[in-house]
Order: sequence, then structure tokens, then C-alpha cells
Amino acid sequence: MDKVMRMSSEKGVVIFSKSSCCLSYAVQVLFQDLGVSPKIHEIDKDPECREIEKALMRLGCSKPVPAVFIGGKLVGSTNEVMSMHLSSSLVPLVKPYLC
Amino acid sequence: MWEESFKNNGGLYTPGSIIIPTNEKTDSLSEDTSHGAEGTPHKFDQEASTSRHPDKIQRRLAQNREAARKSRLRKKAYVQQLETSRLKLIHLEQELDRARQQGFYVGNGVESSALGFSDNMSSGIVAFEMEYGHWVEEQNRQICELRTVLHGHVSDIELRSLVENAMKHYFQLFRMKSTAAKIDVFYVMSGMWKTSAERFFLWIGGFRPSELLKVLLPHFDPLTDQQLLDVCNLKQSCQQAEDALSQGMEKLQHTLAESVAAGRLGEGSYTPQMTCAMERLEALVSFVNQADHLRHETLQQMHRILTTRQAARGLLALGEYFQRLRALSSSWAARQREPT
Repeated sequence: MDKVMRMSSEKGVVIFSKSSCCLSYAVQVLFQDLGVSPKIHEIDKDPECREIEKALMRLGCSKPVPAVFIGGKLVGSTNEVMSMHLSSSLVPLVKPYLC
Repeated sequence: MWEESFKNNGGLYTPGSIIIPTNEKTDSLSEDTSHGAEGTPHKFDQEASTSRHPDKIQRRLAQNREAARKSRLRKKAYVQQLETSRLKLIHLEQELDRARQQGFYVGNGVESSALGFSDNMSSGIVAFEMEYGHWVEEQNRQICELRTVLHGHVSDIELRSLVENAMKHYFQLFRMKSTAAKIDVFYVMSGMWKTSAERFFLWIGGFRPSELLKVLLPHFDPLTDQQLLDVCNLKQSCQQAEDALSQGMEKLQHTLAESVAAGRLGEGSYTPQMTCAMERLEALVSFVNQADHLRHETLQQMHRILTTRQAARGLLALGEYFQRLRALSSSWAARQREPT
């Protein structure tokens, strides 16, 4: 979906979330802890929420939120972010986008 | 008149439609069929005159009566089956109850029975507890084996398979917990299956990954420079991930409290606020799974960084740590019961 592709490239680190999703919030906190200021899209506040959800699922997310994009590319959800961080592969990826 | 009903195969009174088991309606209809002679008028079309084949009618009537009788017998058998199953179920539940109270909780300490589990503990949770009892037994066995083997001479290959088994054993526990969390997330969150001392250190339904690293670190000396660096990085990223999840949990608690506070009771439990609260609880399951995922990844990374021998020493240390916590719980409970 064009809108999703556009939104996911708006900033170095983009997180699709929902205002009620606390796991999305946890992911946001992690990135902030790493010195990154991610762009948060709360899709439940978007009128096209359903379409965005479907588009995210089609891109390969098992659940629509949280969906993390780094450098415009889909990295994954909480699982992937945590695994990458523990294996030291997350920090190099966000290096260009540090504040 | 009633004769017309029996020539038309599409009608309710045909033998084919009566062969539907446990259908109350059908049964009453089939009851009617046998009294068809006095029956009520129906709305079936008139085709060929039935007065030409009175014996056909008689045969059809007899078939209907037979079918109805068979249907009643089938229904009776089914009901009897249900009754037997129900009794079996009650018996099984009682057995599980007894087994529970007889301490199928190896390593859990006696105080678990004092927690007062009510009878409405779901069978899924009871099953989990029994499985956990077996898990602890196997854990103890593995610890013993590791201890024996590390004191003697053991090949790296043999050690590697022991380490693999120990890792798989922990991963199995995470899978068990995931299943249990879907049944009763509060049970898993509160660490109800653990001993009291273990529960003291509880973090989202289990041990703190960062704590795990602190316990293990002294056992790995000597570490190479690269290993030291890797372990340092792991410690930091583990702590960061843990903090992020903790903050997410705090937010969840806060929003759940808000939903419950705003909820109205009395006109049924499904006001919008309570529905919202229910949705938050679904999120709790995700958190428990994420915490276990973090534990899983921490163990995995440690395994990657260390040599086989170091990993074996680490797993032994970890196992003994939990054993000591369990023993502490038992000692404490025993002390509480002693007359002063």
C-alpha cells in the first residue's frame, strides 16, 4: 500500500502502533533508550486504519502492531527487534539515525 | 386426508428424514407417525391415488414405526453414554485433586498446598502443574549429571550434547508456560507454580534475564577479550530490553486500572470500559510471551558466546541456583511451622 510505504520512509526509524498497544510502547521506549527518536504512527487514529492493518499483514507481519521500519525497510515486530538487539545487530542498524 | 402424506417422498413423514438421532423434534414427529392413522391433516400434494396400494401404505407405516423405534433407542443409548462420560469426568477430576494434594510438585516445597487452590482451577492449569513437577525432576537429574561429568573427565562432544539438552529443557518450559498463559494469564504472571523464594524474584512470570547473567558471570573465568566484550554488550542490551518491557507493563497496569475504575458493574459486565479491560488482559498474554522470548534469547546468546565447557559450568550454576532457592523456600516453610 502506497500510504504505508510513504509513512514507513518518513523517518529513519518508524513504528506503526496503536494508542492502546503497550507492547508498541515498550518497543518505542527501547529505541529511545538507544538514542533514536522514532516516528510513531498510531494507526487507530488514522481513518484508514483497516487498510493500513491489512497492508502491514501483507508485508509479512503476523500482527499489525508494532511494526518497525528502519531505513524504510520492515524489520519486524517485538520478537525480531528484541532478538536483533540481544545479538548486537540492532545498534549498527540505527546508527545513521541517532539524534 | 392422512393417506396422501405417505406417497410423497418430500414430506416430513418419510423414513429418510426420521433417521436423525437426538432430534427432539424428530422424535415427537416420529411419535406422531405411529399414530398416523388418527393423524392431523397435512399440506402435501395429491398425486396418484393411494387407495390403489393399501399394502404399500401399511408397509410405509410399519417402516416409519420401526424407524421411530430405532431413533428412540439410539437417543437412549446416547444419553446413557453422556451420563457415563459425566461420571468418568467427575472421577478424573477427583483423582487429579488427590494427586495434586499428594505433592506431585517435586521441588516446589510443601507451602504450595497452603496457597489454597480452589476447585475452579482449570484442568489445563492442573495439567501444567503436573507437567512442571516432571520438568523439575528432569532438571534435577540433568544437574546431577552435569555435576558428575564436570568433576571427572568428559569429552567436548559428550558435554555438548548435555548442554544442548539443558538448553532444550529450558525452551520446553517456555512452551509450557505459553500454553498455560492462554488458559490463565494471571496464574503465569504470579508465578503460582514456583516456590515462594523464586516468586520473590519474579519478573513478568519468570526470572529476570539480567539477573541470570549476574548469577552466571563469575563461573565463566577465564574469558577471552572478545568474550568479555560480547558479554558486556549482552548485559547492556538485555538490561535495555528488560527496562523497555517493564515500562510497557507499567503502562498496561495503568491503563487496565483506568478501564476497571471507569467500568460500571450491575448492568452486566460488558460495558465498554470492561470490554476494554478484557482487551488489556489479552495484551498481558503477549507480555508474558515477550518476557519468555527475552529469557530464551539471553540463554541462546550466552550459548553462542561461551565455549562448551563454560556453557556447561554456567548451566550447572544456574540449575543449582534455582535448586537452592527452592530449598530455601522449603526450609523457610518448615521453620514457620516449628513450635517456638
